[in-house]
Amino acid sequence: MKTPVRILAICVIVGAVGAWVLTAPAPLEDDFAAGHTADVENGALVFAAAGCASCHTAPGAEDKQMLSGGHSFASDFGTFYAPNISPGVQGIGGWSLAEFARAVTKGVSPDGDHYYPAFPYTSYQRMTAPDVSDLYAYMQTLPVSDVPSKAHDVGFPFNIRRGLGLWKQMYMTDDPVLTGDRSEQLERGRYLVEALGHCGECHTPRNALGGLDRDMWLAGAPNPSGKGEIPNITPGKLDWAESDLVYYFESGFTPDYDSVGGSMAAVVTNLSKLPKSDRAAIAAYLKAVPAVP
Amino acid sequence: MNLFMKSTMALGLGVAVIATASIAGSHSSEKLNPAVAARQHQMQIVGYSIGILGAVAKGEMEYDAAMVSSAAKNLNALAQLDRASLWIEGTEQGATAGTRAKAEIWSDPDGFAEKFEALADASAALIDASDAAAVGAGMGDLGGSCKGCHEKYRGPKNE
Repeated sequence: MKTPVRILAICVIVGAVGAWVLTAPAPLEDDFAAGHTADVENGALVFAAAGCASCHTAPGAEDKQMLSGGHSFASDFGTFYAPNISPGVQGIGGWSLAEFARAVTKGVSPDGDHYYPAFPYTSYQRMTAPDVSDLYAYMQTLPVSDVPSKAHDVGFPFNIRRGLGLWKQMYMTDDPVLTGDRSEQLERGRYLVEALGHCGECHTPRNALGGLDRDMWLAGAPNPSGKGEIPNITPGKLDWAESDLVYYFESGFTPDYDSVGGSMAAVVTNLSKLPKSDRAAIAAYLKAVPAVP
Repeated sequence: MNLFMKSTMALGLGVAVIATASIAGSHSSEKLNPAVAARQHQMQIVGYSIGILGAVAKGEMEYDAAMVSSAAKNLNALAQLDRASLWIEGTEQGATAGTRAKAEIWSDPDGFAEKFEALADASAALIDASDAAAVGAGMGDLGGSCKGCHEKYRGPKNE
């Protein structure tokens, strides 16, 4: 009877080592943004396009630069609270560029813990290294908030962060969604939508484990807060002219002069700060994605 | 009736039909609370008026001083309707059918009042807009006032 026990023991050990390796937080490339000189002005545009302030300012705050955190996000797994990411001791003060870049593009904290994907690093992983570096430089110029971050309210087993390593293995892919021939404008649009704007995080439905259903890209989803539906913005449903989309991103007006509201209002506020060519690129992208009825 | 007037009316009618259809579409079988219905009609004229200004700004409609000024004045007046008989307590989303008015309208009346003041200011600035470019320049603040209010005080569709 010795052999089966030994085999079992070996299996357990191999399994445990395998699980440990599979769930390990990913390192950052050693040469990340090497040789790049940070451009704070571009960092401000990246900050707007990535919508950082929409989640990381205090709820209802008028000052969209004070990143004290506090917004809550209800989900099937618990309630997440956006942390303080201002450049002070309660936020990202003292973080190196490498630590910041690993957080944003790999979803790993400076202490080596996985972040929950409520932080859209699954999109931000596609951010270019120069843009991450510029964003880092810009965020150092923002005011410091001393408000401590609020702990997430997440129950077992989702409170075991190591398990997120497995989730990342299953659902975190940097493969682009829109493939095939692309003009320069579509390339830019894809970057703005799939990387910075992280539009798919809300507009694409998720499976039971919270992974995005990429076959239903931007086809709409239930609002995780339980109130209302996030709309389908593929050509299968959204029939606005491309120029209407551009105008909406700039002014917040729909083609029939209703106005943007809810969470999308902050998105439009951000998009209105970008060059017009960027809004046009997003509109072109939305016309090019597969139509889902 | 000249062609301009005809096309203006056609556009206005189109906007009104769309607005009515979108409001009626979700609640075809229910009779709306009268205060909710009145507020939605107020918003229809807001939408109609902004539709005129937006069409001028986009170059879809020729600039006409009388039309622009009238639309801006109506917006300005609509922004200053007395709210006491319209925004009646208890007529919020979830409590009264067919409305997307959030409870924050009543818990934060000063904040809500500020949003209407923003609309009053943005529309006042457009009354004397002297050409299409001036209308276009004012659309940002106008859109900002709509967005600012709908961000905080209008709930989601299909709740």
